[in-house]
Amino acid sequence: MISVYINNIKVEVEEGTTILSAAQKAGIKIPTLCFVEGKTPQGACRVCVVQVEGAKTLVASCCTPAADNMKIFTNTKRVREARRNVVELLLSEHDGDCKTCDRNNDCELQELARELGINTISYQGEKTQKTIDNSTPALTRDSGKCIKCRRCVTVCNEVQSVGSLFPQGRGFDTTIGPAFSRDLDSVVCVQCGQCAAICPVGAITEKNDIDEVWAAIDNPEKFVVVQTAPAIRAALGECFGYEPGTLVTGKMVTALRQLGFDAVFDTNFTADLTIMEEGTELLMRLKKALVDKQKVALPQFTSCCPAWIKFAEHFYSDMLDNISSCKSPQQMFGSVAKTYYAKKIGKKVEDMVVVSIMPCTAKKFENQRWEMNDSGLRDVDYVLTTRELGRMIMQAGMDFKSLPDGKMDSPLGMSSGAADIFANTGGVMEAAIRTAYEIVTGKELPLDGLHVEPIMGLDGVKKASLKITGTLKEWSFLEGVELKVAVVHTLSNARKIIEAVKNGEVFHFIEVMSCPGGCISGGGQPRFTDNSIRLKRIQAIYKEDEGKKIRKSHENPEIKQIYKEFLGEPLSHKSHKLLHTKYTART
Amino acid sequence: MSEVQCCGCNEISEEEMLKQLDNILDDYQNTTGALIPVLQIAQNMFGYLPEAALKKISVKLNKPFSEVAGVVGFYSFFSTEPRGKYLVRVCLGTACYVRGGKEVLNALKKELKIDVGQTTEDRVFSLDIGRCFGACGLAPVIMVNDDVHQRVKPVKIAELMDIYRNKENDNKKE
Ligand code: SF4
Ligand code: SF4
Ligand code: SF4
Ligand code: FES
Repeated sequence: MISVYINNIKVEVEEGTTILSAAQKAGIKIPTLCFVEGKTPQGACRVCVVQVEGAKTLVASCCTPAADNMKIFTNTKRVREARRNVVELLLSEHDGDCKTCDRNNDCELQELARELGINTISYQGEKTQKTIDNSTPALTRDSGKCIKCRRCVTVCNEVQSVGSLFPQGRGFDTTIGPAFSRDLDSVVCVQCGQCAAICPVGAITEKNDIDEVWAAIDNPEKFVVVQTAPAIRAALGECFGYEPGTLVTGKMVTALRQLGFDAVFDTNFTADLTIMEEGTELLMRLKKALVDKQKVALPQFTSCCPAWIKFAEHFYSDMLDNISSCKSPQQMFGSVAKTYYAKKIGKKVEDMVVVSIMPCTAKKFENQRWEMNDSGLRDVDYVLTTRELGRMIMQAGMDFKSLPDGKMDSPLGMSSGAADIFANTGGVMEAAIRTAYEIVTGKELPLDGLHVEPIMGLDGVKKASLKITGTLKEWSFLEGVELKVAVVHTLSNARKIIEAVKNGEVFHFIEVMSCPGGCISGGGQPRFTDNSIRLKRIQAIYKEDEGKKIRKSHENPEIKQIYKEFLGEPLSHKSHKLLHTKYTART
Repeated sequence: MSEVQCCGCNEISEEEMLKQLDNILDDYQNTTGALIPVLQIAQNMFGYLPEAALKKISVKLNKPFSEVAGVVGFYSFFSTEPRGKYLVRVCLGTACYVRGGKEVLNALKKELKIDVGQTTEDRVFSLDIGRCFGACGLAPVIMVNDDVHQRVKPVKIAELMDIYRNKENDNKKE
């Protein structure tokens, strides 16, 4: 431990701690732009400069280690002026117009300018070259707004190990983007939107589909159905000033109804459906391997994350057979809504519009995949992010905080607690285990609170094993088998677990979510997300789960009903047609 | 490293060269920090860095294409355009700049009818700028391949370029 003095306040920190972390520990705010939590600091933006007694120049606090007895000042005239200079220079190049920007009131550059008290820009000069890139389904990039902080580069390369973005060129002409500053569709990109989530300004955002949704709602010929993903309810409140981790399920339902959607449903319903299909699929694979001694692809990987699917199609096309053939809950919902539900209410497919509210940008890519039209037309018409829904609610002039709680409609609106936890890392696995264990043994999973402790939390690669005993006769081949599972989030961790599998480590089932912490911090969630916010949202999700009477997918009465009335049983012919899909290798 | 003749004037096709590059890349596959040396080798082989070569390098060295392109774009030494036989580089370092480097550059642009980073249609000249060749006492300086020309005057540019044009014509006659 060493002691440092920040603005004359004594702080004790471990040796090697940066000045920035020491200040955070002391509750002193130092602004940052290029810094990314948990990653090697870049020292690129110089917004975080502080004064150190005895040092000639100001130092960048994010990449300077604190030394014993160091005297640090974060709030001197020199520091304030230097920071102001840095931000003024950024503003002088920045080709953006706050009042029409997607990030108005939600922009770190705007906020910095306000906090630093910048009221004139002393520098006049050339603006950054403006090119708008709308080449992919999920994202819009505007190079004119980019301040070259390179956070997106860190995320895309280090966190996701995809590498679509990199600084191109040099000096003033540098652009941050794909090879040769071309459009995003010219390189591999999995559309996860983590770049958009971390960008401090409006240089990368989700593609805006709000107008299309308004048009559908305003069209009297159309019956517009909406589904909301499990992660929305734990984050939407942040768009309206609620603390992170506030559950707003009821208000969200009311808001959706007041926006004019004809039916308000829950993607959680199809999350439960996914568990029925995916769990059965896993048991079938195990049976084939253990009883029929057939060669089957194991481990089975989860398939609810479209960015992970695209990643595997690009980088691990030899593993596609290992990925569950289940569609994601979003797409299952689309095909079920436009067949089962449409028939129930006597609507023609062409008169129904399905809108999804997702924490995710990759879902905007997924609904446009060519195969996703098993209802005869595109199964999901439009995908909005949590942020876009927030904006629609604002545009409608609702006072969100005073909305009464509403309830989801039937028959695609009921869900178990197992479906809720699809929102966070470890959740899909836990949900699957709750159901699979009970199918196989006829008994409830004997774990405290039905939680599988080792796969909870924010560790990047989590592993657990579960010895199966007391099997029912039909499943006796599983007696004594040690079920081995792994859970990873972020695609760099997905690489790690795949390499482990290739090197012979044995697993039966592996869950992959592309976003750090899972969908609760997806590319479409309210900004800005760090680990403390992730944990709060995850906590809220577990609370929603624990608060439900029904906490296992197979006990959801609406799920029982759809199998009885429509699908038959898991993996039936109809299920295969509507709920399962295929993957294609990509270069 | 094997000497491969550069640009336009050789007989092996680009396809052949890509195959050669493949073999070279096999040796570098597991070396860290291989990207820049490999780019240098490729540039020497092709005379520039064609996109097909960059794609190959990206795949074989397991580096994202955007990163490879980013590195190529960062160093002015690398070029993704076929380069002329003579690379004319104008120093715009401080000394050369104050002593008329910019005017020299403009004269060259006019004379060669190309902009910085471009190559004449006959692929004889490419034009680029440099930052200090270490001959500040003799500013302004330009380099044509490895020849250094000192105290260059804008009005003399045409004459200077003719020297190289004549060389090229003589070569062709042989
Ligand atoms: S969406 Fe994901 S993969 Fe694509 S550029 Fe952004 S971070 Fe990279
Ligand atoms: S796009 Fe955004 S995150 Fe990326 S460098 Fe530009 S400002 Fe930073
Ligand atoms: S983890 Fe969730 S939010 Fe992130 S890309 Fe996958 S499905 Fe979308
Ligand atoms: S945050 Fe420290 S230099 Fe950018």
